[in-house]
Amino acid sequence: MTIQETAQDAVPTGTHGHGRRPRREAPRFVRGRGRYVDDITLPGMLHLAILRSPVAHARIVSLDTTAARAHPKVKAVVTGADLAERGLAWMPTLSEDRQAVLATDKVRFQGQEVAFVVAEDRYSARDALELIEVEYDELPVVVDARRALAEDAVLIRDDLPGKTDNLAFEWESGDAEATRAAFARADVRVVQDMVVPRVHPAPLETCGAVADYDRVEGRLTLWCTSQAPHAHRMLLATISGLPEHRIRVVSPDVGGGFGNKVPIYPGYLCAIVGSILTGHPVKWVEDRTENLVSTTFARDYVMHGEIAATRDGRILAVRSHVLADHGAFNAAATPTKYPAGFFGVFTGSYAIEAAYCHVTAVHTNKAPGGVAYACSFRIAEAAYLVERLVDLLAAELGLDPAELRRRNLIPPDAFPYATPTGWVYDSGDYPTALARLLETAGYDDLRAEQAERRARGEPMGIGLSFFTEAVGAGPRKDMDMAGLGMADTCEVRVHPTGKAVVRVSVQTQGQGHETTFAQIVAEELGMATDDVDVVHGDTDLTPFGLGTYGSRSTPVSGAAAALAARQVREKGRLVASSLLEAAPADVEWERGAFRVKGDPGRAVTLAEVAVRAYGPDAPPSPDGQGALEANVCYDPASLTFPYGAYLCVVDVDPGTGKVSVRRFVTVDDCGTRINDDVVEGQIHRGLTDGIGLALMEQISFDEYGNCLNGSLMDYLIPTALEVPEWETSMMVTPSPHHPIGAKGIGESATVGSPAAVVNAVVDALAPYGVRHADMPLTPSRVWEAMQGRAEPPG
Amino acid sequence: MTSLFEEIAEPAPDDVPVNRVSVTVNGKRRTADIEPRLLLAHFLRQGLKLTGTHTGCDTTNCGACTVLLDGKAVKSCTVLAVQADGRDVTTVEGMATGSELDPVQEGFKDEHALQCGFCTPGMMLSARALLNENPEPTEDEIRFALSGNLCRCTGYQNIVKAVLWAAAKENGQDPRQAVARYEAAQQGRAQQNGAHQ
Repeated sequence: MTIQETAQDAVPTGTHGHGRRPRREAPRFVRGRGRYVDDITLPGMLHLAILRSPVAHARIVSLDTTAARAHPKVKAVVTGADLAERGLAWMPTLSEDRQAVLATDKVRFQGQEVAFVVAEDRYSARDALELIEVEYDELPVVVDARRALAEDAVLIRDDLPGKTDNLAFEWESGDAEATRAAFARADVRVVQDMVVPRVHPAPLETCGAVADYDRVEGRLTLWCTSQAPHAHRMLLATISGLPEHRIRVVSPDVGGGFGNKVPIYPGYLCAIVGSILTGHPVKWVEDRTENLVSTTFARDYVMHGEIAATRDGRILAVRSHVLADHGAFNAAATPTKYPAGFFGVFTGSYAIEAAYCHVTAVHTNKAPGGVAYACSFRIAEAAYLVERLVDLLAAELGLDPAELRRRNLIPPDAFPYATPTGWVYDSGDYPTALARLLETAGYDDLRAEQAERRARGEPMGIGLSFFTEAVGAGPRKDMDMAGLGMADTCEVRVHPTGKAVVRVSVQTQGQGHETTFAQIVAEELGMATDDVDVVHGDTDLTPFGLGTYGSRSTPVSGAAAALAARQVREKGRLVASSLLEAAPADVEWERGAFRVKGDPGRAVTLAEVAVRAYGPDAPPSPDGQGALEANVCYDPASLTFPYGAYLCVVDVDPGTGKVSVRRFVTVDDCGTRINDDVVEGQIHRGLTDGIGLALMEQISFDEYGNCLNGSLMDYLIPTALEVPEWETSMMVTPSPHHPIGAKGIGESATVGSPAAVVNAVVDALAPYGVRHADMPLTPSRVWEAMQGRAEPPG
Repeated sequence: MTSLFEEIAEPAPDDVPVNRVSVTVNGKRRTADIEPRLLLAHFLRQGLKLTGTHTGCDTTNCGACTVLLDGKAVKSCTVLAVQADGRDVTTVEGMATGSELDPVQEGFKDEHALQCGFCTPGMMLSARALLNENPEPTEDEIRFALSGNLCRCTGYQNIVKAVLWAAAKENGQDPRQAVARYEAAQQGRAQQNGAHQ
């Protein structure tokens, strides 16, 4: 099952199928010829700007739009009351809650949408916002999730009948009793509270839309920054009352999504309403501040973790209670039956007999969200929890953290492996990955260097993380979003001249689908990759599916593409058998050509078959579809479980607390790799996230609910100077249930890397008596952690 | 902004000030009557329909709007269009000569130095400005020169390679060999870093 190789020696050459290939998208992007939402200009197009609440919690006493309406360039001003008249003031979320499109009764977070203006240009629209007068009657705020359920906490969701507290939901997983028993007989128990702070995916392109409602045809076209255009079309139809067959959603080039562009935002609805009201196309593009303060945040899990083990370092059980801050509205983009996402995989990569977690989710006066930023539905939080606990246990036992991991990794022969919380991991060779990581990094030498530096008073830390992902949601019977089962569809069509098109239901935001989906089909059909084009993002042109997030494109849609191509091949076999005058059973496929068994000289290429398939003497198509096309909806049997072993080396300046990441060494395994260069780029991205998340990024609030990180002045993102040269390598353990053995990879590094950085920093600070410190480990936080502790040696 | 860019322009209200500017953009002289508050980024994008210049923030941090103003890299979201009057602007659309790409563009293509493509135009123009001043930059010099340009997709490493690629090409060397040398040096450095000191 396991083939081991480095990225370097797994390079197929040539132009066919899998392997390193240049990106199809690159030529237009390097010429400035991409087409992003804000590049779209339509005749008569107007511009929309949104008035947002300056306060976190307040009743709206009055709202006066007279002056704004009088502005010479303003075409419409719309308030919550205007929307309420049309039944549009509220919209459903992806978590079975509802969210205000424009506030009617009160505002519940700073930055919430209160009114909008449509004007002739974006400058005038912004001018007119200044002319709207709103009187707020401020209410007490709930900022700290730990206070949300206090008796005296103000009720945020008084819009919900019968609601008396700020509880959003409770959810549990695992066996509490078995876990209690395992803890009772353990020699060693370690307990740690830790916070995974609120952060923001902050794609470089913010969210936006151009809505164009055609009053004559009753037809809406919406260009928008969407990771899930088909799901958005369905939701927009439900919310707006427009018929779904007269809505076309187009997600053009998207300047990064990172989960930020999965939900429906009020701005999209406002643009649609604006276009319906004015009869003109209406563009809405938010600025960075609006993006950071009002669109989906990520993480914000306050976690209590416990781990139990025997004295000789065998982990028996893990237990966790999480307080999840979901903000004012529960709009987390997560499968319906998984309100805490896939947090249940928090047993990680270890053979643990018992585990239990309980998640209490609460409302606070903050923007909605939670599931975003390459989290794979909360696995980022789960992986961080267990990887911190394992390091804490190692410290408690006086064991090397690599050795403790080695003793507990799930062995290769245990796959498919059922975890105590009900997940079945598909495949993996964890011990080899760990051994390779330690060897590549020179682990023993690093530890020796660390000892020497410590003796000189130089804090150096080595951090490990061994994570298992669960990506490719998912089986329809278990997983849906807003009632839509999480299958995806691909349509493959070979044209008469032997060129092909593949239409996908997923939506790239830079992950290279135009390149890699062509490669999948080219590999299956033995064609040149350049002879396959990929169509995506337009609901009029592509088959239905759930979109791109949760690293699900390759596991779900990639499978559909391969299977559709194989169906096309089977149809081609019928045509070939007529051309070769042989029985279909005697015709075999061999990369690019059909051959007569036992007579390899008698062969026809796929191109020859294609032209015949559309000709007057084509054999009848058995399924009634066009001769050389197929449409496959793939309902995955299970998820795919890529994994990785990461090592981070940091140096901490003892005078300032500044952390420098000196090295980052990784071994990743996502099964079959379609394009090594694309995979590598995805890993580089996620490792950069890890440095940002661990050291720099946080969305925080003051006691009044003011967002303190609403711009890139304060929301810090790594530049080229904060990241090291990445040292990546790969293994190949295919997914046995996936048609081409491929697992997802896009979010692996974001999920796996923060724990490696934090473990490294805590390791560096061990001589100061530091056992744990919460992200982000900014210089001030590290410096504070070092104060009042044991004097450093040397 | 007055609507001079629209096909049929409404006259500006009397209380809106208007300035006539003449800017050479990608070698072509463009004249327009604009409000003094119009940002250069919007002048290029909405006015001249040169939409390769992007805006990624509102605080001058991200550099997605970087263009060359008289050869120097500037963030066009933080320059008023009236300040560009009489000056020379190069945008991403002006980097290629006919069908021949600038070596920086070729390098970005060859080295997978882009994913979503949103930072790419600004990133390439910062790289262009660097190579104009320093034709043989070190890796550290490249990282420093690009530190005003944020990228959310690539983790920067392939961008560094792309700039090395472009520098080698312009210096008459084999760009792929230059990148291979860099990778080998990097591996050596990693091993040295990991070695017992």
